Amino acid sequence: MSHSARTIIVAGIGVLALAACTSNTPKADPSDAAKTQAVSAGKNDEPGKKVKIGFSAPAADHGWMGAITKATQAEAKKYSDVELVVAEGTNDVNLQISQVETFINQKVDAIVLLPFDGAALTAVATKAMEAGITVVNVDREFGSPAAARTTVLGDNYGMGVSAGGYVCSQLKDKKDSIVAEIAGIDSLPLTQDRSKGFKDALAGCGLKVNNRVAAEFTVESGEKAAANLLQAAPKIDAIWNHDDDQGVGVMAAIKNSNRKDFFLVGGAGSANVMRDIKAGTSLVKATVVYPSTQGADGVRLARLLLQKKALGDLVEVEVPRKVQLFAPVVTKDNVDQYLPTAFES
Amino acid sequence: MSEAPLDTTTSTQATVVPPTAQRNSGLLSTGVGRNLGLVVALVVLCIVGAVTAGDTFATGPNVLTILRLAATIGVVSIGMTFVITGGGIDLSVGAILALSSVWATTLATQQMADSYGWIVMASTALLVGAACGLVNGILVAYGKIVPFIATLAMLAAARGLAETISDRRTQIVANNSFVDFFGGSLIGVPVLVWIFLLVAAAGWVVLNRTTFGRRTFAVGGNAEAARLAGIKVQRHTAALYVLAGLCCGIAAVMLMARTTTGSSTHGQFYELDAIAAVVIGGTLLSGGRGTIVGTVFGVLIFSTLNNVFTLNNLSISAQSVAKGVIIVIAVLLQQRLASRTTSS
Repeated sequence: MSHSARTIIVAGIGVLALAACTSNTPKADPSDAAKTQAVSAGKNDEPGKKVKIGFSAPAADHGWMGAITKATQAEAKKYSDVELVVAEGTNDVNLQISQVETFINQKVDAIVLLPFDGAALTAVATKAMEAGITVVNVDREFGSPAAARTTVLGDNYGMGVSAGGYVCSQLKDKKDSIVAEIAGIDSLPLTQDRSKGFKDALAGCGLKVNNRVAAEFTVESGEKAAANLLQAAPKIDAIWNHDDDQGVGVMAAIKNSNRKDFFLVGGAGSANVMRDIKAGTSLVKATVVYPSTQGADGVRLARLLLQKKALGDLVEVEVPRKVQLFAPVVTKDNVDQYLPTAFES
Repeated sequence: MSEAPLDTTTSTQATVVPPTAQRNSGLLSTGVGRNLGLVVALVVLCIVGAVTAGDTFATGPNVLTILRLAATIGVVSIGMTFVITGGGIDLSVGAILALSSVWATTLATQQMADSYGWIVMASTALLVGAACGLVNGILVAYGKIVPFIATLAMLAAARGLAETISDRRTQIVANNSFVDFFGGSLIGVPVLVWIFLLVAAAGWVVLNRTTFGRRTFAVGGNAEAARLAGIKVQRHTAALYVLAGLCCGIAAVMLMARTTTGSSTHGQFYELDAIAAVVIGGTLLSGGRGTIVGTVFGVLIFSTLNNVFTLNNLSISAQSVAKGVIIVIAVLLQQRLASRTTSS
């Protein structure tokens, strides 16, 4: 793991629900615990027992999702003891459920699952756990805690708060500022969380979201939504765009409109946008990171769980129940720190 | 099967009477040959699966996994077979499925289900599906709108209505007896698979052994000739779309059980999956010829393909390419068979 990635994970550990003896963990007898402690931090990367891990994610129809799968595969390749089975990316929950069923039939040791819809995949994930397979839930949370051993999450609410906080810091003297928001897919809880965080943070400095449109995370939908927004709002001071992939479309729409009366805050943190921020020539002044390495972290955690190793730098001998990643604001001042782990869209 | 209406379009009485008389012999001569090709394709896929991932592929649980995946899209495809055989097309099946699943899982419906049992949710889904199908049918048959356009409009409207009702949120099925019943098994076979089998069997009987089925072939082969032969073409066409809508309602119940949710995102691109399964099954896109057995094979081929690719850890995009190739090969074969039977 690169040093900065480890920093982010360790710094971002939100909840450490200790799950030593709950029903959905492998039975931990004292000798296992002793073995766990014997492997001290730093030795985790040494090859251990061979493990077979199944991975399934939604269709890579936007850059962030594509980066998730790529990063996951690249991470798995680094370990000689990990065999990764990747199922076709799909937005059809019926198909994704059958992929998980196939993993169960294949008797994989662990499943790293980024569900298209967390609620819809809960039942089959629970079935996998009951079959003795370690399930690591990534990004979109299941409806039941029994459906996964560990969950790796970005901080969607925190993304909204970070973006709102940055907008506040830039517009604090102008209470009549017009703030606009270009959201992602509205049906997803993650979008609702981001919007809520943004709204709450703006309220803290007396601002509100004056105009809000929703796109679908794709370049095309971003262009359409931004074009509509720019038509609807003749004056804007700041725009927060939830996703840097749809941001490519958003920038195209802004360019076509020749508008320069506002600044833009991005979301997710693509390498393109970070390079723009570094150059300082475009309207994008900042972006908030939503790590695209969550699937890769999921694979690493699954490997640790299966090999009964502890998470380095923690005193606790079991891998945490939930790892929530931090959503930092990237500006010109700190962009160099985040550029290496940013995803190419 | 009923080839005559396709070949002769000039004389009227003569075109409609022969197909009913010749149907049985036609079923044997062309039907078996075509289905044989599908059986071979499926067997080849199974051999590939068994050779490359034998220890998992050829197991009972894996076969059930393939069948469970096939069940939902299979029921939709049975309805689609009727519409296409009758000379139409239905692009709105996925959207109708989504709307049915959302309507059947609203708080109001679920509260009624708490007092009267899960039958309320199931019948709501069926009613919503059938009602959407009725709208499609009326637009096509009486409004004289081209099926492609009428059902495209329904696709947009039904998905939009589903989003409005659900507020674009995923609605969770709280009724445990609903999930337990449809998610469970009977004699070792999942209830979902039983439903698929029942719908397919019923579809086969209706299409091949009833007046309704014979009229479907006649209307699809040559609507004008069917009308002159005394068939109420408009009413029959509307009924075909209601049937397709009803199948979407059934599929919605199945997907609700499988995912324990109702959502406006359910069933995306099912129209394409269903049309692909129907067409590679041997049903003619221009209507007049259709086969339920072929459709079932078409669905099984695609879900087996999915399974084999997942088992072998093959790349995400290769599977889509394979699907495209299979569709093209199937249609080419179908054209050759069609030209051979017309020339003989």
